[in-house]
Amino acid sequence: MSYLHLAILAPLLLSIFMPFFYKRFHLIHTGWFVLPLPILLFLYFLSFIPITSTQKTVTESFNWIPSLGINFVAKVDGLGLLFALLITGIGALVVLYSIYYLAKNKEKLNTFYVYLLLFMGAMLGVVLSDNLIVMYAFWELTSFSSFLLIGFWYEREKSCYGAQKSMLITVFGGLAMLGGIILLYIMTGTFSMTEIMSQPNEIFHHDLFIPALLCILLGAFTKSAQFPFYIWLPDAMEAPTPVSAYLHSATMVKAGIYLVARFTPIFGESSVWFWLVAGVGLITLCWGSIFAVKQTDLKAILAFSTVSQLGLIMSLLGVGAFALHYEGLDDNIFTAATTAAVFHLINHATFKGSLFMAAGIVDHETGTRDIRKLGGLIHFMPITFTISMIGAFSMAGLPPFNGFLSKEMFFTAMVRVTEMNMFHLETWGISFPVLAWLASIFTFVYSMILVFKTFTGKFQPEKLDKKPHEAPIGMLISPIILVSLVIIFGIFPNLLSDSLISPAMAAILPSLLHAREAFEVHISFWHGPTIELFMTIGVIIMGLILYKTYPKWQKIFKVIPEKLSLNHVYDQTIKGSQTAANKLTNMYMNGSIRTYLVYIFAFLITLLTITLMWKKAFKLDSGNVSFIGVYEWVLAILVVVGSISILFVKSRMTSIILLGAVGYTVSLFYIVFRAPDLALTQLVIETISVALFLVCFYHLPKLRKFETRMRFKLTNALISLGVGSVVTAIALSAHSHKLFSSISQYYVENTYEKAAGKNMVNVILVDFRGFDTLFEITVLAIASLGIYGMIKLRLNRGKE
Amino acid sequence: MLEIVIRIALFCCSLAMLGLIYRVIKGPTVPDRVIALDAIGVNLVAITALISIVLKSHAFLEVILLIGILAFIGTVAFAKYLEKGVIIERERNR
Repeated sequence: MSYLHLAILAPLLLSIFMPFFYKRFHLIHTGWFVLPLPILLFLYFLSFIPITSTQKTVTESFNWIPSLGINFVAKVDGLGLLFALLITGIGALVVLYSIYYLAKNKEKLNTFYVYLLLFMGAMLGVVLSDNLIVMYAFWELTSFSSFLLIGFWYEREKSCYGAQKSMLITVFGGLAMLGGIILLYIMTGTFSMTEIMSQPNEIFHHDLFIPALLCILLGAFTKSAQFPFYIWLPDAMEAPTPVSAYLHSATMVKAGIYLVARFTPIFGESSVWFWLVAGVGLITLCWGSIFAVKQTDLKAILAFSTVSQLGLIMSLLGVGAFALHYEGLDDNIFTAATTAAVFHLINHATFKGSLFMAAGIVDHETGTRDIRKLGGLIHFMPITFTISMIGAFSMAGLPPFNGFLSKEMFFTAMVRVTEMNMFHLETWGISFPVLAWLASIFTFVYSMILVFKTFTGKFQPEKLDKKPHEAPIGMLISPIILVSLVIIFGIFPNLLSDSLISPAMAAILPSLLHAREAFEVHISFWHGPTIELFMTIGVIIMGLILYKTYPKWQKIFKVIPEKLSLNHVYDQTIKGSQTAANKLTNMYMNGSIRTYLVYIFAFLITLLTITLMWKKAFKLDSGNVSFIGVYEWVLAILVVVGSISILFVKSRMTSIILLGAVGYTVSLFYIVFRAPDLALTQLVIETISVALFLVCFYHLPKLRKFETRMRFKLTNALISLGVGSVVTAIALSAHSHKLFSSISQYYVENTYEKAAGKNMVNVILVDFRGFDTLFEITVLAIASLGIYGMIKLRLNRGKE
Repeated sequence: MLEIVIRIALFCCSLAMLGLIYRVIKGPTVPDRVIALDAIGVNLVAITALISIVLKSHAFLEVILLIGILAFIGTVAFAKYLEKGVIIERERNR
């Protein structure tokens, strides 16, 4: 157990003490006890930068289940470190923000911080685990803690709905990912990421390559809210705003991005990977940006914008995988796509975090998040306005903020895709820049809506619950830090290039690293008059036109009916599967014992017949059949006639008597076949059971005592004939297949010699195999006690 | 000679048995059937005795006694049931 392990587990350990802090120090906001931990961890992870920037990694191992190859191996490389810094850094800011956002005496702070710490530890575990099973365990813990956080206000119905929806979708994806991990294990024989990376060729040519790829991608797409699994993210906005800012913009939804980046070295060369990652990313980008324009709730706009930005990063990762096909060339144009992906990942975390916090402030200070009620807040909250403006402009891709840089790089990558002549890109490649451009226009439009509908325009005090005013300074600290990062990264982008981006790229594209020492990352403001610049200018012009004319064309969203939306499909699936399951269960579980017996016997017949046929086991051999005398014939006829006539008699009394007659005939059989003890017992037992039947008969209720013949049912007849013939066939074949001689000779020789008895049956019952007898005695005892209990114990006698 | 006699006797018993079973099945009233059953019991005694002669065994003599007892008890129980509707009366002192 090293310090690195402790760092990953520290949030989980601290969460144990949260209720104690909450109860013991009730006057101090519990968040203050949480705050030092992410700051400490952030500083601790900063100390890894010198190591990773020289392309080295730190690996610490801790045995968990070594016999199964499952060990808690923590590995810090460029990619993991980047995510760890995001998690701890934004985590610290979110905790600070939540201290001012959540009221001390109204909210259940202890549970909130327990869930948040659980999430933080789980997320650190996901990005720093080298062992895939451990990674999966942490992955599910993030789903679980996210479920708890979305449902934090569990008395609201919508919170519960959102929590359930996100749980179902992300756990579905998580299980698919587990399947992918197991397939990878089958292919390589190890769960260790590092060892799997070292044999990409074996995996690439394996039959299970495509299934594993699909399973892993399903996990990544559901977690990162890609099309069509994005539907849980807008509903997760019912969570408290710090949670939305932390989980649903900066960290958890990027776990899928992390997964795709992590698996690029393994799957990246496949065309399926390219088309799925880049294609789904682009679709998500367009879909999310178009639907974000439609929303009227601040957090819903931000949720759809998160979906769309995640699609952007995803498509960049897909295009970045092209670099693997360019091995050896110095001018590898597609590494730039990966650079853009990593850079935008950081940028998105900064500006989206600040935007969420600003939206939370607006909600907190005005009591609503509906942009139709808001407006003209610029005079009341100038600082929040500045924060929102910077964040939104960065999101829209305007200079001099960091969003501008990543958008330029995004356009570069998408334009370059058209130059490729593989994977059918010669025909479809042109759609990439077109879709990217279209999505950017809509991104611009909703960013403008977000800022200007909220802060400018007419102030409508009659629609607000309280008088708006600027937020307390403590609430503003975190978004101010984030927007200053937006500006700093925008103006000095190369601050990050050597320390974070280059090592992260080394982790995403390790096979390209052999040619050089490190990836040269240089992000420049001015490319010259390239096509990307004109695209950006086009975005701004088109976006301004669309924003100004928005009231005129907003009706277009009503063209698409609600029934065709994916949410409707999801709801119908949930409802439909419930009704279908209900119907299915009601169909076969109808409560009638007769039906269940039909199932049991039909199954028995089918299974036995198929086995008999399949093994060709039916055999009739008259070799060791003994002579059938006249007594046997007579007795057999008696039994058959007696049993069959039971089926056809009218009165139940008669059938009881007939049953007795059959039983007595059986005892005669025992006599003929020389079994005196059996005959004795059979006679006594038959008499007693006939008497018991008569007792039952006597107590039949008068109303139901109709004396009719048993009704004929074809199913019953078929089933009974089937059971009879199958059992007969098996008995005949078993007798014909007699393979060994009996062991009874031993008993014949030793009954008197060893056991001092002459009655062999009785000696076997009490001496050779006395154990069976003991437990048959027990059975009788239990039966008699049970009968006694049933008769005497009438618990509801008093009630009636 | 003995063997032939036993064969004939067994055959007759079986015929009687068949007739009695016909009565058990057909018997218009319950007492008919009960009496037939009692007679079957007696017949069983005879058949068992004959078969033990055939098998040259005295292992079945207990069976004969038992059938006798059971046939008696059974018939009495049936008779009592048909007469009173119960077999074992409780609280007869009251």
